[in-house]
Amino acid sequence: MRQPNGQSAPGKAASVPPLVVSDVSKIYTVRGRGRGKFIAADHVSFTIPPGAALGLVGASGSGKSTLAKMITGSERPTSGSIKFGDLAVERLGAGGLRSYHRRVQMVFQDPYAALNPLHTVAYHVARPLQNFLGMSASRASERVHELLEIVGLTPPAQFAGKLPHQLSGGQRQRVVIARALACDPELVVADEPVSMLDVSLRSGVLKLLAELRANRGLSLLYITHDLLGARIITDEILVLHKGKVVERGATKHVLQHPKDEYTVQLLDAIATPFAANGAATTH
Amino acid sequence: MMLLHAQGVNVVYEPSRGTRIWSVRDVDLTLQQGEFVGLVGESGCGKSTLGFALTRMLRAPARLENGAIHFNGVDVASLSGEALRRQRRKGFAIVLQSAMNALNPVRTIQNHFGDILRAHAGPGDHYSEGAVRRRGAELLGKVRLDPNVLAKFPHELSGGMRQRVSIALVLALEPKMIVFDEPTTALDVIVQKAVMQTIQELQRDQGFTAILISHDLGVVLESTDRVMVMYAGRIVEDQPSKALVRGLHHPYTEALLGCYADPRAEEIHLEGIPGSPPDLSKPLAGCAYAPRCPLAEEICWKLVPPLAPLGSGAAACHVRAPSAKVPGATAAAAKAGAGTVATK
Amino acid sequence: MSIVSPVPPPTVPGTEVEVPRGPAARGLPGPLLFLGRALRTLWSNGKARIGLVILGIDILVAILAPLLAPHSPDATTFTPYQSPNATNWFGTTGNGQDVFSQMIYGARISLLVGLIAGAVATLVAVTIGLIAGYRPGMIDEVLSFITNLALVIPALPLMFILAAYLKSRSVWTIVLVVAFTSWATGARVIRSQASTLRTREFVTSAQFSGERLFRVVFREILPNMTSLVAGSFFAAATAAVMAEASLEFLGLGDPNTVSWGTILYYAQQQNALLTGQWLMVFAPGLAIALLALSFTLVNFGVDALSNPRLREKA
Repeated sequence: MRQPNGQSAPGKAASVPPLVVSDVSKIYTVRGRGRGKFIAADHVSFTIPPGAALGLVGASGSGKSTLAKMITGSERPTSGSIKFGDLAVERLGAGGLRSYHRRVQMVFQDPYAALNPLHTVAYHVARPLQNFLGMSASRASERVHELLEIVGLTPPAQFAGKLPHQLSGGQRQRVVIARALACDPELVVADEPVSMLDVSLRSGVLKLLAELRANRGLSLLYITHDLLGARIITDEILVLHKGKVVERGATKHVLQHPKDEYTVQLLDAIATPFAANGAATTH
Repeated sequence: MMLLHAQGVNVVYEPSRGTRIWSVRDVDLTLQQGEFVGLVGESGCGKSTLGFALTRMLRAPARLENGAIHFNGVDVASLSGEALRRQRRKGFAIVLQSAMNALNPVRTIQNHFGDILRAHAGPGDHYSEGAVRRRGAELLGKVRLDPNVLAKFPHELSGGMRQRVSIALVLALEPKMIVFDEPTTALDVIVQKAVMQTIQELQRDQGFTAILISHDLGVVLESTDRVMVMYAGRIVEDQPSKALVRGLHHPYTEALLGCYADPRAEEIHLEGIPGSPPDLSKPLAGCAYAPRCPLAEEICWKLVPPLAPLGSGAAACHVRAPSAKVPGATAAAAKAGAGTVATK
Repeated sequence: MSIVSPVPPPTVPGTEVEVPRGPAARGLPGPLLFLGRALRTLWSNGKARIGLVILGIDILVAILAPLLAPHSPDATTFTPYQSPNATNWFGTTGNGQDVFSQMIYGARISLLVGLIAGAVATLVAVTIGLIAGYRPGMIDEVLSFITNLALVIPALPLMFILAAYLKSRSVWTIVLVVAFTSWATGARVIRSQASTLRTREFVTSAQFSGERLFRVVFREILPNMTSLVAGSFFAAATAAVMAEASLEFLGLGDPNTVSWGTILYYAQQQNALLTGQWLMVFAPGLAIALLALSFTLVNFGVDALSNPRLREKA
């Protein structure tokens, strides 16, 4: 699986608006022991151009999940603005958020927690179709099968009726992706989508995300602490440390020539079998 | 000097009547004093279960079925009750993945040390608070923590610090062997490296035998002398760590290596392993990896391959490491061209 | 509504599983499908099985009362104060009524009040608990305050006062009084659970799928609380049975209805122990205890209801 060449489906990219995050900060006030304020995001600014894939990289506590929540509307920034095209995300009310979710979807980290253990795969994938696209039960059922094929759960008829606990972690994550794609979103925020999966399953899911992005021309925000995944999927990355952006640039360049001390620390912390033997190997 | 000799270890897990899951199948394991060994595999391969079995920590519905575990000459598989408890002092111990969450939130770290020291005190040993404090500070120093941690409560410490405290508590028992079950997985990635370094240094300085259980091949290869790869409850490869990155190996090991890459490399080629591990509640004939193996021969579907010499270690593969004890294996291996270089 | 998926073709041996049928409506007493599966799950637990058997016997006795009772429970045709004999297996009351027939018919009231009061109390508990748990903030504060208030007031004395003051003395009064005083414990527990489930990722995921509040609460959160709701129901039913018996024993019930509690009331009034009619005291007491015990035993099996793995077993 090679690195993406950044091309997206012709025509679609033109209609996807850019996501512009301007000077966003999020401060939580911690009550109780009077610990004061916790700054989750500190004047963060970046843009995701239409059809691009941006990586937000950092360790836990760096603020990347908070940013994901603010971008998808689950939290409001304390200051700053988030604009998806002309839409001011931070000012959306309950109704506005519902239609926003039609355009901006999320792939969650924990495939074991993101699916309701009592509902079948078909149910999970069909709900967005019925809610956002108003599909009838039969039409939705057909589309569910199509989506399951797209994410590699074939034959779809075998998987449609299964319950989450009958699937492996990788299969569950594919269901989560199918659900996110169902309403044909313009921007997908993937929050550590492979970190809870076995190593042998990661490549498949990453490949899927890269292909989907290329075929559908959607924008992708990939949030992770895993630099290998970021290298494979993203064109550009931002390195976050304690809520601040400490480095940004083209992914390959930043990883090969890190400037900030924290980025160097992150790179050092990766243990790969090949680095252990000295040089970075080329195949 | 041989410290641990386990033979024919089988662990069966019975979550409900009628379902039996064989999580560990016929594992033979020998460890020398002072070795640092890694046990690597993916979810469900049985590595944690094996670690628990070796330290006699299995709880119903899992149980050790067959198998002799000789630790320092004593067959600990047959021990129970007080005799087993006594083995935990200057014997074997385990550090769990979320050991940091096993600390009692309403007691200080000093209390924790007091509890452990007094519970395993030898006859005639008496630990006053002062003695506990001294020994506690000494042990905390070994894991690079300041003695003022003794007065704190667990929630006042970070995840990495709590994990170090857990390791220090285990050291209080002066164990000859420590099993680390995914000790850093629950920690932040930068803290992971620091804690792993501490574990490595500790093992070197104190000289205990250590088993590192992890799903992360990179971490294991960086810290250990010897690595064992597990698949579907069996050990499929046993090599010196440095030898694992080159040369021919068990097809599963090779496939696993293909899932890793250095993000800084010029070009990255990442693979996955198609298919999924077998259902361990059903009996398996032959090699468990055969359905996913590009080299599978007829014999692979019929006979379970024994561990046979391969390179500087051993592997359980009819094709790569044909065993003299298996009739027809050598012929099959020759047919498959076992001598060719692996493609990556 | 449900998505009907076709039965999948068998694939790799060992991976095929019976396709569970589409989700039936949950939360409120659903169609037979749900009940059948629930009963099967409960039956698989040893203690719950005993409870179900006892409960089953009680229900059968209540339904078949006209067939099983040798005489009418109200008929005062027998010689009063009789010990157990051939005609009156359990003896007679001071009014000349057959105790055995009374016991059989009495099952109806005790069961009715127990189950209905339990159901009403649980319904109130679920409504209040779900709303409080799902909507943090002012709503939660107000509802929690009311719940705590209801918890603090001693239930039994409150019941006595209410029953004593209410003009009508029918069974339904008792049902309402009991339900009114026993919803709070369930509400508190359900609120906790709902509050935890609200933060679970599959709930956020459902919101991202465009689900509205009603569906999130009743189709995502509530089904995952089946065990808890069932547990609350059986606990409330147990309390209801005991409370109903207590109220009637104290004469706060309708003295004209025949129930196990009223048998005890008359036993006390007529000094049954002194006149040698020990069965008149022993039988209803044992029956009440057994009914309450059956609910408690069934509660042991209720944990499994929320476990999706048990849906596989056809």
